[in-house]
Amino acid sequence: MEKDQDKILSDVTTGEYKYGFYSDIEMDRIPKGLSEEVVRIISAKKNEPQWLLDFRLKSYRHWLTMKMPTWPNLKIAPINYQEIIFYAAPKERKNPGSIDDIDPELKRTFDKLGIPLQEQKHLAGVAVDAVIDSVSVKTTFKETLAEMGIIFCSFSDAVKEYPDLVKRYMGSVVPYTDNFFATLNSAVFSDGSFCYIPKGVRCPMELSTYFRINSANTGQFERTLLIADEESYVSYLEGCTAPSRDENQLHAAIVEIVAEKNAEVKYSTVQNWYPGDKEGRGGVFNFVTKRGMCKGESSKISWTQIETGSAITWKYPSCILRGDNSTGEFYSVAVTNNYQQADTGTKMTHIGKNTKSTIVSKGISAGHGQNSYRGLVKVLKNASNARNYSQCDSLLLGDKCGAHTFPYLEVDNSTAIVEHEATTSKIGEDQIFYCNQRGISTEDAIGLIVNGYAREVINKLPMEFAVEAQKLLQISLEGSVG
Amino acid sequence: MLIINNLKASIGGKSILKGISLNVKPGEIHAIMGPNGSGKSTLAAVLAGREFVEITEGTVTYLGKNLLEMAPEDRAKEGIFLGFQYPIEIPGVSMVNFMKTAVNEHRKHKGLDPLSASDFLKLMRDKKELVEIDSKLANRSVNEGFSGGEKKKNEIFQMAMLEPKLAILDETDSGLDIDALRIVANGVNKLKRPDNSFIVITHYQRLLDYIVPDVVHVLYDGRIVKTAGKELALELEEKGYDWIKKEIENNVVS
Repeated sequence: MEKDQDKILSDVTTGEYKYGFYSDIEMDRIPKGLSEEVVRIISAKKNEPQWLLDFRLKSYRHWLTMKMPTWPNLKIAPINYQEIIFYAAPKERKNPGSIDDIDPELKRTFDKLGIPLQEQKHLAGVAVDAVIDSVSVKTTFKETLAEMGIIFCSFSDAVKEYPDLVKRYMGSVVPYTDNFFATLNSAVFSDGSFCYIPKGVRCPMELSTYFRINSANTGQFERTLLIADEESYVSYLEGCTAPSRDENQLHAAIVEIVAEKNAEVKYSTVQNWYPGDKEGRGGVFNFVTKRGMCKGESSKISWTQIETGSAITWKYPSCILRGDNSTGEFYSVAVTNNYQQADTGTKMTHIGKNTKSTIVSKGISAGHGQNSYRGLVKVLKNASNARNYSQCDSLLLGDKCGAHTFPYLEVDNSTAIVEHEATTSKIGEDQIFYCNQRGISTEDAIGLIVNGYAREVINKLPMEFAVEAQKLLQISLEGSVG
Repeated sequence: MLIINNLKASIGGKSILKGISLNVKPGEIHAIMGPNGSGKSTLAAVLAGREFVEITEGTVTYLGKNLLEMAPEDRAKEGIFLGFQYPIEIPGVSMVNFMKTAVNEHRKHKGLDPLSASDFLKLMRDKKELVEIDSKLANRSVNEGFSGGEKKKNEIFQMAMLEPKLAILDETDSGLDIDALRIVANGVNKLKRPDNSFIVITHYQRLLDYIVPDVVHVLYDGRIVKTAGKELALELEEKGYDWIKKEIENNVVS
């Protein structure tokens, strides 16, 4: 009976990756490798002001002094930075911004991914910034949003049009010295999204960035900066896919969020980078630094992530709770199947009084997947009445995978209340048979059970994406139960 | 409906069923009684398609088809329902979602469109009343945190939702107080029709005060050793299983 269960498991978790196609788009690529020269070329390509070039160079020089950390519970093949192309962009078009001047192949690519570059009526609730390899190719609903004073554009445009905002906030939450991959990003980042919600404005639509890696041997280094001014609200979603390739590709991004007084930011991620094949060949290295600063009083930042892709996921979307009464939340579902690895979690740093944080992490391991939760709850001396609740659950499918939890607590204030709960469970053969006996196939049964397990997190996603996320969970575990 | 012929089965090399033959016709209720360890639950497991039971000999024909070749979910969709002796908990999966999936799989099998959300909820409401199940149960996860009695009532509720042709109730009465027993039995009686059948597996006679069987079989050591009308159940209640055991041993001697 062990054998049967293995078979079902392996059937359900060996489904195919749907977004593995490659598009033949005319690209402008710089030679591979990394040097000060390359940093200057990237900056020149983007016609950047001197201050930004200086920021890049300072980061690059600092990076040279750093070593890749070895503390995560991950096996990472050595990365040769001289073999990576650090900038690749679709060839310059005559009239940027106009949909007609976008390479039709590029449009087809996004159509195939289900991301409309046209502003379509039935998708009027979502504004999209589409990023392919190193650059943003189109941002929809820019004008509609501008009427309310909301700025939503590519990072490059923001540097040109809103240099003061960029200068003021860039690096304020994730400094250029922060960590190995954040410092690398600060040196070579090429594009990303920028968003500013003015005082008192509730953003009427979901803002989203769709990241696509297309070119071979190319790294993607984007930067997202999101600022929610006083009393504002925004819900933001990012999605990511990449072609199937035998070599690993590096994605090292930075996301910075600033929430001023009474502002609320909801940041959701549906990460579906190419996970590698069944033998563990290829796949994206997803090494990302995401951090939000609850700067103002009573502000709130909420991270929700559904991580199903990438060969290796290594990220900790975190909150610095500086404002009094501010709130940080982290809801995560991370799936590792076949030979995927994930070391993910969060850091909640309580600085202000009466700050609250909630952590709900759900790991799902199948195949030979290894899933680690790593989280830090830190309560500083002046953070009286800080409160944290953490819940880490692990679900195992099969007996070759692993789940690990590394919770850390540093509490320097005796009024803090910190709670931690953890569970580990296995999808049982009895549960599957019970579903079978009611007419539900084994695959559907696993889908039901996994989605039931992840429901608490999926419910935090914007409605339109919750359904997608459910399907994605099922697909990424296809062929895994056996 | 169901014809079992000389069925032999073992678990982990140990022979459990040693040649069972049974013929269940549409509209009939069969009770299978017997002491612990006689093979009652193994028989239920074979009919539902549990893979840990190894079939070594015999045939099972259900509605003219070879039942033993069918996958468990196909048996279910063809109308076989097993009321579990120990219903399984599935945390995080709501009863509504679970039943909706099951009902729609059954409909798909019959070439019908899925039920609309409102039709489905109406069906749930109707059936809940039928089996007097607490309406809050429907919003909870499948069997999670249910009391023993609630779990058994939930089995009957699912049976009502799926309207099987052949329902096998595996010791549904065990662990029930008298009220729950009455509700479970009422559920069965209300669902009984001329074209569907029940196999009620029980250790005690008391369930058969409420569900009146057409035929009573006594299973002992992997064989059906006695078959008679409903009066057999009463006789067993009075004399216990030792009487049967003695009778068999005497037969062997003589």
